[in-house]
Amino acid sequence: MIEVKNLSKIYSGRKVLDNASAVINDGEIFSVIGPSGCGKSTFLKCVVRLIKPDSGQVLLDGREISVVDDEFELAKIRRDFGYLFQGGALFDSLTVMENVTFGLKYLTEIPKKEYPRIAREKLALVGLENAENLKPAELSGGMKKRAALARAIAAEPKYIFYDEPTTGLDPITSEMVLGLISDMAAKLKITSIIVTHDIKLAFAISNRIAMLYNGNFENAGTPDEMRKSGNPVVQKFIEDALSAEHVRRH
Amino acid sequence: MDIYGGVGRRALSLAGKLGAVALMIKSLFIWLFRAAPETREIIKQSVRIGVDSLAVTVLTSFFTGMVLALQMGYTSKNWFNEPLYIGTMVAFSLVKELAPVLTSIVVAGRVGAAVTAEIGTMRVTEQLDALYTLGTNPVRYLLIPRYIAFMLTLPLLTVFADFTGVLGGFLVSTVKLGVPSSVYWNDIFTFMEIKNFMHGFLKTFAFAFMIATVSCYKGLHCEEGAEGVGKATTEAVVMSMVLVLVLDYFVSAMLVAAGII
Repeated sequence: MIEVKNLSKIYSGRKVLDNASAVINDGEIFSVIGPSGCGKSTFLKCVVRLIKPDSGQVLLDGREISVVDDEFELAKIRRDFGYLFQGGALFDSLTVMENVTFGLKYLTEIPKKEYPRIAREKLALVGLENAENLKPAELSGGMKKRAALARAIAAEPKYIFYDEPTTGLDPITSEMVLGLISDMAAKLKITSIIVTHDIKLAFAISNRIAMLYNGNFENAGTPDEMRKSGNPVVQKFIEDALSAEHVRRH
Repeated sequence: MDIYGGVGRRALSLAGKLGAVALMIKSLFIWLFRAAPETREIIKQSVRIGVDSLAVTVLTSFFTGMVLALQMGYTSKNWFNEPLYIGTMVAFSLVKELAPVLTSIVVAGRVGAAVTAEIGTMRVTEQLDALYTLGTNPVRYLLIPRYIAFMLTLPLLTVFADFTGVLGGFLVSTVKLGVPSSVYWNDIFTFMEIKNFMHGFLKTFAFAFMIATVSCYKGLHCEEGAEGVGKATTEAVVMSMVLVLVLDYFVSAMLVAAGII
């Protein structure tokens, strides 16, 4: 379980996160929605300690990780985390196979001879069986996202963080990625934390949704509870996002 | 008042940057002893910095040796009616100054720029963050192999540059100026001592460390976007080249004080 308590982060005098608190239960798909630039990615990066919060606590199974500064210790903590970056963040100089197996050396004790088998297994899971020898520059946007997802799950983490998983993808590939996220959660029992402004995605696959607004969570609940929420900010965001989606599709 | 404010802001910014460089170097030494070296990356970077720079370094040095012999030969002919001590002057100029400095400038321009652009691009595409989430970090995976590769290959490149420069001088001295080959080599080995060679050789370690520091720092701290990467790359090349010349004076002075002259 991840508990986030009163997380705050200031950038250039602007409070991006302002006492944000949330609880993410084991095994659930938890989505953070909100308008662009509201601090969703900052929230995610503070939780995995890619960014150090100015104040507040992040507890991983009861252990406070927000106070850990030693990079060696943080590397150990991150063994439980997989992270899918917005643009994939695949290493340009490595092949898909090398990208997928990259973390195994640092995150696990698995013998090196097992790497190709694991990579092929994970690539098959995301539908990229024949791409192992390609470089990221030779992949399409959707293939990059899937290869990055294979890399994120290679070391079988307990938690996966998705930063805008469907941004920049066409509707068909978005559906495919959405299906993959659900599959990962169901098959591998991974807790998923998704940051997105894609309201359709959030409602389709999340167990719970929280809305980040002005650096704080306005509301959190199941998709049904969010739809019925009396909070005007939440209602306006949902209506605007859905009408924008409607305009985009027609 | 605004002038004072501007000076103050610049001073603070400079202090901040120097502090960040110091922290980067501290982190470098911590990880150097804390984790096993990335042997594959060290070899890859050594090939990129050393082997791939060999041709341009050798060519630069060869022609420098040739032009030195030509200039000194004709100056000597004008003054003394014959080319005297060409080998001595070519070898001393190259081994102590020109080969280390020119090789470092060539490497800073060719590889330093590439290192900054590569790390900068990795920064703006979140690949540096990805390293953290995959259990390592940029210092361990990117910086240490590049520092080691620079420190290993720049001195070796300089040795190659020493030899090819002297050979360039030999070619002009014997073919164009008519100096007997035995005289050319005799001029070198009569006066050249091992410490003369060491004077130039030891300097390259300082240059290598500086070029690696500037290139890596600029890449790690570049601004967002393609423009930010381009700006950082230009700054890294200019700064490295200027610092090679500045550092050359101070390291030479230290070596002279230590008796390695």
